[in-house]
Amino acid sequence: MQFTDWIADARNIVFLVIALAMVGAAVMVVTSRNVIHAALMLVVALAGSAALFLMLGAEFVAWTMVLVYIGAVVVLFLFGIMITRAPTKADPVRLDHKHRWPALLVALGTFAAMATVTTLAFEDAALPDGVARAGDIGDVLFDRFVIPFEVVSFVLLAALIGGIVLARKDPE
Amino acid sequence: MSGLLENFWVLLALKVAIIAAVVPAVSLVFIFAELKISAHMQSRIGPYFAGGRWGWAQPLADGLKFIQKEDLVPDDADRPVFKFAPMVVLMSTLAVFVIVPFSPKLVVRDLDLGVFYALAAGSFGTIGVLMAGWSSANKYSLIGGLRAGAQLIAYELPLVLAVVGVVIQAGTMSFNGIVAAQAAPVFTIGEFAIHLPYLFQGQVIGFVIFIIAMLAELNRTPFDMPIAESELVMGYLTEYSGLRFTMFFLAEYAGMFSMSAIAATLFLGGWYLPGLSSGALEVLGPVILMAKVSLLVFVIIWFRWTFPRLREDQLQSIAWRWLIPLALLNIVGTAIAKVVL
Repeated sequence: MQFTDWIADARNIVFLVIALAMVGAAVMVVTSRNVIHAALMLVVALAGSAALFLMLGAEFVAWTMVLVYIGAVVVLFLFGIMITRAPTKADPVRLDHKHRWPALLVALGTFAAMATVTTLAFEDAALPDGVARAGDIGDVLFDRFVIPFEVVSFVLLAALIGGIVLARKDPE
Repeated sequence: MSGLLENFWVLLALKVAIIAAVVPAVSLVFIFAELKISAHMQSRIGPYFAGGRWGWAQPLADGLKFIQKEDLVPDDADRPVFKFAPMVVLMSTLAVFVIVPFSPKLVVRDLDLGVFYALAAGSFGTIGVLMAGWSSANKYSLIGGLRAGAQLIAYELPLVLAVVGVVIQAGTMSFNGIVAAQAAPVFTIGEFAIHLPYLFQGQVIGFVIFIIAMLAELNRTPFDMPIAESELVMGYLTEYSGLRFTMFFLAEYAGMFSMSAIAATLFLGGWYLPGLSSGALEVLGPVILMAKVSLLVFVIIWFRWTFPRLREDQLQSIAWRWLIPLALLNIVGTAIAKVVL
């Protein structure tokens, strides 16, 4: 497909705008000199991914992104940072790591692998209709995917118990 | 004319304009109600002079005063975050109105995932509160922001879980679907059909939990630890002035409106009133919903001037030890009743 054909579709322009904003925000998450700014940029990046899911018609996933990742995970990040240290200027502590080059390598490798796999698997396949409404997702989740669903909840339960064990101080 | 109304963008602009005009106007009415009701509950008269009779122009005068004031930003504050925080809070409150149905047709967009969307949009505001508390570079603001954050996290869970009972009973997450489910007759005595809202169909526990969690989400007394005047000045609002303070203020009352509208729709039948034909509901729907909303707003104001403030540890223990287990029990009970009955 030619780039001129690709850009002629309005949906691709919307995608481009959201994707560029996401990439910009993601870079700021890593390069920001202030931890709170980094967390807030993470909100922008996550909101962008929610918007991409909305473009794909995956409403449920999009709102879950907002409710769970922005409304709970990032809020807990912010809460944790603010309760420990929260200077409003550039952080006096170096927000860097001596292994940043290996880290970059791992990040690029992960990106390449995932991009290749998803492109090869789904290249031009249109999404099957029918799993768009909340009821359909429930049907699929509790019928065909009930075992993976239960496995995931079991893993989460284990993590929950682990968290309680770590945080708990038994009286001597 | 109808051709113009079918254009997506024209319709969208119209809907945004209506929400942007109606929500602040209703919020002003609620602010006035709070001034007057609180005064009468304390054997005072309250606003009396502005505008003539009953001092009806008092909230307008207050609003104009706030707008005239200087927009101060503290020296040490993080300017972009400080300036953006009130917008985030107001935006998340206004976004909830997308799914509030005022009549069978008068709704911005009846999303299939309405309930889920409302909770997701509402949870966004927490970020704004934390942003405001942190960026002010003030220890009162920071502690207020932290308290607000802890409170919003704790009470979001019972809020979500309380709604699940209604969703199970209605079998849908669309707000108009939930109203339609409550409009269906529960049982009939001879020819006479009995219609009941979900509050009277066994969702009493869900309703009580929702109201308590709603008060906490709105930072209203008895859950106003984040802005406890006696110890934290004004909490995360301490450094705000002028228009930005007005935005927070407006967001509080608009939040009362949106939360009460959600509660009225989920538990009290929304725009539906038994005995009216569907034609009459088209016209009277907004009036019926607003009457139910006003009732709930009165209860919220009543609570504020009746109960003392909860201590921080009491507040957390109510959420985690009582409301969440109760809400889970409510879900189990509702699910069993749904399958058995």
